[in-house]
Amino acid sequence: MKYESQKVAKLYFIGALTLFLAQVLFGLLGGFLYVMPTGLPDFLPFSVIRMIHTNALVVWLLMGFFGCTYYLLPEETETELFSPALAKLQFWLFYIAAGAAVVGYLFGYYNGRSYLEQPLYIKVGIVVVALMFLFNCSMTLLKGRKTVISNILILGLWGIALFFLFAFYNPANVILDKMFWWWVVHLWVEGVWELVMASILAFLMIKLTGVDREVVEKWLYVIVGLALFTGILGTGHHYYWIGTPGYWQWIGSVFSALEILPFFAMVIFTFTMTYKGGRDHPNKAALLWSLGCSVIAFFGAGVWGFLHTLAPINYYTHGTQITAAHGHLAFYGAYAMVNLAMFTYAMPQLLNREPYNQVLNMWSFWIMTSGVVFMTAALTFAGVLQTHLQRVMGFTYMDAQAQLGLFYWMRLGGGVVTVTGVLLFIGSLLLPGSARKVR
Amino acid sequence: MAEHLTKSAARNIFYGGSLFFFVIFVGLVAQSVHYAIDNGGKISASAAAGKRVWERHACFDCHTLFGEGARFAPELGKVWLRYGGDKDPQGARDALKSWIRSQPTRIEGRHQMPQFNLTDQELDELVDFFIYTSTINTQNWPPQPKTAG
Repeated sequence: MKYESQKVAKLYFIGALTLFLAQVLFGLLGGFLYVMPTGLPDFLPFSVIRMIHTNALVVWLLMGFFGCTYYLLPEETETELFSPALAKLQFWLFYIAAGAAVVGYLFGYYNGRSYLEQPLYIKVGIVVVALMFLFNCSMTLLKGRKTVISNILILGLWGIALFFLFAFYNPANVILDKMFWWWVVHLWVEGVWELVMASILAFLMIKLTGVDREVVEKWLYVIVGLALFTGILGTGHHYYWIGTPGYWQWIGSVFSALEILPFFAMVIFTFTMTYKGGRDHPNKAALLWSLGCSVIAFFGAGVWGFLHTLAPINYYTHGTQITAAHGHLAFYGAYAMVNLAMFTYAMPQLLNREPYNQVLNMWSFWIMTSGVVFMTAALTFAGVLQTHLQRVMGFTYMDAQAQLGLFYWMRLGGGVVTVTGVLLFIGSLLLPGSARKVR
Repeated sequence: MAEHLTKSAARNIFYGGSLFFFVIFVGLVAQSVHYAIDNGGKISASAAAGKRVWERHACFDCHTLFGEGARFAPELGKVWLRYGGDKDPQGARDALKSWIRSQPTRIEGRHQMPQFNLTDQELDELVDFFIYTSTINTQNWPPQPKTAG
């Protein structure tokens, strides 16, 4: 670690890990309600559990992105952060707002749309936090070296803030509401978040493999180009059945089918760089997470997205557990894993703990990933069966659900394995453990 | 990566291409906004209030509406028609309201819906919202299989 101000990242990573734990624990509760619907007290209905599960996910991923940015920006720009104090203040504001939102949810303080249940004052707080962050990072970028990685990263982060503003637009016309709700949700996760993900991966590739920056940066442009060329019009795959014109079925099908390309390019990129790179970096766990990230993102976001993205197929699968299967593996592969890769790379340095316990970390990789993959498989089977029973055979929703119990038990099992992996991961980073001497 | 693709060419393709596709997207969305105002613009004050009830109680965190939301409970976009509201509006209205009032069922093994203690007016507004959503042309979604199971 070359720059003193990179240390603020530690705060963000630890904060993100606590929310990650909350996210998966509430995920377990939600999975439990699918198999034991009367098993929890009345103050914990599925709706509240789900909003905490999804909101904690989004907030810890963003907190992770913020931390990753604060960590890599000084090294990329070759200058200290504009204001580490502002970064710390921003963290606490964000963390307290997130905590207040979660506690508020338990007491019924929510209002809005899916993922955007935060009360108005929390949403305003999020904008303030984003502005503090962007100001700090943009000032750092302006005074330092401008690399492709830092430019794309900051562009992606500006995009996140800009598209979040559509969270404030909620018209009575339900079609317009839904159309622009996707400007936050889709243009985030299938748009600007991919810019953030690709630039973090590119940074890790340079550090871990030692491949020439020139090569990595050309790849980065190709990947983010593919992401936006397909992802922007790919928004059309959310405009099939919400009251929008029929031509979106063509546009959405064609462009979103191509959304697999940037993820495929990321697999080729990470593996080619690792193969070509001459560096034998001691942090093998970080390399494992980086390679795993591109592979699981390819399957979760790419393949599992493609499975139900064509309009004639989506007509039957839309709003079933197929969507849940895709959502779990895609978020895990693309955005959880890229954060965990960076945490694994940076935390030992931030804690002055090199060498560190890699074996436990790598175990957590395999356990967590197996858990999510198993969960995804169970939900995929549940979704296929649900689609057939409900949309082909004409079962009612509840009658179809009654046939899916086995798969929901399997999903809960996958969830328990995932939580075990998360606990091991947190332990491997934060506990001193049995340090192994690495040359 | 191919040798003939220079970094500055890659940069220009990325920025130019992204802008190109974003402009096309904005144009299509603008056209769709016009379409959406025709298709879903006739919303009464009561139905609009019903939409706020839907949001205030996070109904979408269990139900889907036009397939969007959570999948813990049934799709409600066309629930008005499922309850026969097009043939017997008063009967469907009463049935929907009493269903919501009677929750939770506490039947073992059955997904539970909380009791939201909605006022009679809020319930009517919510039903008006469902009447509104049932009028929206969703390209024949959800599928309506002939053979009831």
